[in-house]
Amino acid sequence: MKKFKELNKATRNNTVTYIIVALMFVFCIVYTETGMASNLFQGILVPICVNVILAVSLNLTVGILGELSLGHAGFMCVGAFVGSLFSVMTAASMDAALLRFPLALLLGGVAAGIVGILVGIPVLRLRGDYLAIVTLAFGEIIKNIVNNLYVVTDAGGLHVALGVDAYNAMEIDAASSEVYINGAMGITGTPKDSTYIIGFVLIFITLIVVQNLVNSRTGRAIMAIRDNRIAAEATGINITKYKLIAFALSAFFAGVAGALYSHNLASLSAIKFDYNYSILILVFVVLGGIGSMRGSVIAAVILTALPELLRGLDSYRMLIYAIILIVMMLVNNNEQLSYYKNKLFGGLSAQLSGRSRKQKEVS
Amino acid sequence: MNFLSYLISGISLGSVYALIALGYTMVYGIAKMLNFAHGDVIMIGGFVMFTAVSSAGTSPLVAIVCGIIVCTVLGVVIEKVAYKPLRNATPLAVLITAIGVSYLLQNAALLIFGSAAQSFPVLIEVPDWEITEGLTVTGVTLVTICVTIVIMIALMLFMRYTKPGAAMQAVAEDRGAAQLMGVSVNSTISLTFAIGSALAAVASLLLCSAYPQISPYTGAMPGIKAFVAAVFGGIGSIPGAMIGGILLGVIENLSKAYISSQLSDAIVFGVLILVLLIKPTGILGRKMAEKV
Repeated sequence: MKKFKELNKATRNNTVTYIIVALMFVFCIVYTETGMASNLFQGILVPICVNVILAVSLNLTVGILGELSLGHAGFMCVGAFVGSLFSVMTAASMDAALLRFPLALLLGGVAAGIVGILVGIPVLRLRGDYLAIVTLAFGEIIKNIVNNLYVVTDAGGLHVALGVDAYNAMEIDAASSEVYINGAMGITGTPKDSTYIIGFVLIFITLIVVQNLVNSRTGRAIMAIRDNRIAAEATGINITKYKLIAFALSAFFAGVAGALYSHNLASLSAIKFDYNYSILILVFVVLGGIGSMRGSVIAAVILTALPELLRGLDSYRMLIYAIILIVMMLVNNNEQLSYYKNKLFGGLSAQLSGRSRKQKEVS
Repeated sequence: MNFLSYLISGISLGSVYALIALGYTMVYGIAKMLNFAHGDVIMIGGFVMFTAVSSAGTSPLVAIVCGIIVCTVLGVVIEKVAYKPLRNATPLAVLITAIGVSYLLQNAALLIFGSAAQSFPVLIEVPDWEITEGLTVTGVTLVTICVTIVIMIALMLFMRYTKPGAAMQAVAEDRGAAQLMGVSVNSTISLTFAIGSALAAVASLLLCSAYPQISPYTGAMPGIKAFVAAVFGGIGSIPGAMIGGILLGVIENLSKAYISSQLSDAIVFGVLILVLLIKPTGILGRKMAEKV
């Protein structure tokens, strides 16, 4: 224990996060392997992993880069569809899921990362609320385009159409054709490769990459831009480059999460990835504490499980979810209420999020 | 249908966006927050009018007045309960709270009215107007455009020539200085929410009359589009919201008619991005000087 205290603060903080995730992982294995877990519990494990990765990756944009992004679900959408498309197309030729699935995850991530760079170049010139609304607009555009995308193969090769009119106008050899993406119907027949074990591995990879990035030279440059753009520029930091690194990396992990998500569902349509999903991810980040990776992990787990835990309350559950969300925000952010909260719970909440402890040290 | 009729229905749709966008832009200008629950206030207004006519059997006029009163009260109550305690918190915290309020209203409506869309009763009975051969403007379109013009002129006069209007401008300019000059910041913000929500009720009447259906999700998409319209025109600027709203409606309708009906959303958002890249603070937005 004494040795642990001698480590530098960032390493100590990160290790606690890894331990928390590892404990959750062990709990899940023990709980499911002993057969105690209900179907409901097993069913929400992969969505929890997906949301944790999404929350951590969005926290990179919102917390470390300091830009509000409302289009995270759009990147997830790209990753989900590219990953699924790859798996469906290669399912026949590549039998082993062990090889195919990591490739699908990687491809989904890379595709989302490329879209992230393409979106980021114009978007990152804007600031504040305008940047937020443009990311929202890009998210909606991605959703809208994927929702009208048709990908078909036949003897003549690959055909891609945008919009139902273009699809009907295409000349397809009906006998040999196979529809992969069918517009608003989306993509069906994705192999169910996602397991919570792969999900946890991906959470670890995401956390290792993000937390090490934050404590690296690059991460410090990104945070310098967040804290004072002009001062950072004056010290010779290339603003565009570092902003793009953070944004693209965030999009990459959103894409990986998307591929994980899509390989958990038999059919997938783009309509799921609307701005409500982006906002849901933002809620994880803000509630967990902006900039705190551990907070994001915990908030994503709790808020994904909460609607399921409240299932007994039936139709009232989303109403109660909304009330809990409002009350939590009020308690955490109102000076008077948070004073009472600290009196009641004392160090507990400070223990849970590394961020608030840091703030206390400053004040 | 020809170009002119597409244009007129576009202006009509845009007028509704403009009314909603006014609510967003006034609240943003004065309270410096994005009120995500605004779209759901529209939906609640629609349901109040729907219930008043279908269940209580009141006359359309009474229903409309009820809708406006309920929305106004709701807007003020939301502000007092959810936003006022967070006046000194970060903008992001307020944004998430607003999202929570939006979930709350949506799910409350879902519990009371169910998720299925119900047909909205006819509240506006105005005969269609045939301008020339083949060009007919429906009564609802006519009423929408007229009502919007009247409201906008009234709002401009209110901001320009009344004391509360001046107080609003002062609070928007500098909250602290306004308070020192004896402006009651809290009541000014409440008034802003009241006006914005009353406009939302009017917008819900016009929206539900033009597309006679109502469900708990009715307000979501028009809310987002109107938000985009407010940014389009320069958020915080009242004339900007009007121009942005009408432009957005026209672009949406024309792209539906001439380019692709499925991809109209992508085109609308694409135009927004283009405008913001060329003029990063919107059409009428002011560029703030940056202090080093």
